[in-house]
Amino acid sequence: MRATTDIVENETVWSGGNKPLNASYGKMMMWFFIVSDALTFSGFLVAYGFSRFKNIDSWPIADEVFYHFPFLHGIDAPMYYVALMTFILIFSSVTMVLAVDAGHKMEKTKVAIYMLLTIIGGAIFVGSQAWEWKNFIHGEYGAVETRGGQILQFVNNDSGERVTLESFASTLPTDRSQHTGDEGLWFVSESALPTYSVAEVQEGFLANPDLLIKTEMIDAVTGHKIVLDRESSELKILQAMYVVEGANLVRNEYGNRLFADFFFFITGFHGFHVFSGVVINCIIFFNVLMGTYERRGHYEMVEKVGLYWHFVDLVWVFVFTFFYLV
Amino acid sequence: MAHKLSIFRGLVTFKSNIQKIWGVLVFLSIVTAIEVALGIIKPSVLLVPVLGMKGLNWIFIILTLVKAYYIAWDFMHLRDERRSFTSSIVLPLLILIPYLMFILLVEADYIYDVMLDGFVSWNF
Repeated sequence: MRATTDIVENETVWSGGNKPLNASYGKMMMWFFIVSDALTFSGFLVAYGFSRFKNIDSWPIADEVFYHFPFLHGIDAPMYYVALMTFILIFSSVTMVLAVDAGHKMEKTKVAIYMLLTIIGGAIFVGSQAWEWKNFIHGEYGAVETRGGQILQFVNNDSGERVTLESFASTLPTDRSQHTGDEGLWFVSESALPTYSVAEVQEGFLANPDLLIKTEMIDAVTGHKIVLDRESSELKILQAMYVVEGANLVRNEYGNRLFADFFFFITGFHGFHVFSGVVINCIIFFNVLMGTYERRGHYEMVEKVGLYWHFVDLVWVFVFTFFYLV
Repeated sequence: MAHKLSIFRGLVTFKSNIQKIWGVLVFLSIVTAIEVALGIIKPSVLLVPVLGMKGLNWIFIILTLVKAYYIAWDFMHLRDERRSFTSSIVLPLLILIPYLMFILLVEADYIYDVMLDGFVSWNF
């Protein structure tokens, strides 16, 4: 009698279709993909923490880097824009849960509407991130870099506000132009030259007694970047090697070189996840419209992409904290 | 699928799953708003170092973990899953990530000290 029962149980166990942890195969695999992806992201964020702890007294201050807000040009608005982006992403997470919930009740129209809202939220988020990147890459004030790779920024002595290179750099006659392959050595290339040469910035700086140099170093007591007095500024400007405008993967006007690298890499990798999420959501959205899941009898696919979408939101919560808040 | 409709250890119970979703959204928004407000105001009381880091940063990290918990438990409905399934997802992360953080951050702090006290100048 006992043996017979065992055989029956074995047949149900091995014939497939059972759910050991009460989760279907697809859902479980989505979860374990998310676990591995979470470990990847934590690897990146911990590496960021490593570089930051290594340069703890000279790391750029987020509020001085991210202060743009659409249509408020020139107004110092740190945090507001990323906070808005966070709300958008959390909200698109909510519409996703609502879609999953409607899927459980087999309400096709509602699933479609909520999926569409989720896609729109995701698209707005990716767009916002692109705008954020544009500001970051373009830069606003410009700076110079010393031989040791330290960034020197320029501030006004009276107001303490940062000044742009173009507001003080002088114009010197020069015939230096960008090296191109067709005019010189074909195997040597050169990136675009900065608007001003080091000599122009130096001369303009020395001619303007109002200007001071803001260094990378953070004052341990006040938590602000250390601004040199005029005398040391005049000595320091002579150490300038490069003019830095905006940011690329080599140097950036905000401070430590690694800062821009991590910014591009981590927010880029996250942005790529959001973008793939939007694409996957679109596919599922059209499947919903075509009634694929209605015929299948369940909307579990919506639930699976929902898990991915929430994960993207979850990662953003951490990126937001470690890049913009801490 | 049966949903567990209580959050905050049973302190708040919702009538339906949809209500719970909106409730969690309100909670997450409040937490984010607190984070943003603290990030803009930066109260000087909270800037004193606690355990090697600014007190404010600890608050941010704790609030982030709180948000992560509610996103995973309610939006990703881990709350409704079997306990064994939840553990197999959460435990690897809870063990590996603090481990990695511990190693790399301690190492980074050490490198910082070496660069600070060494005989090589980095600021030139």
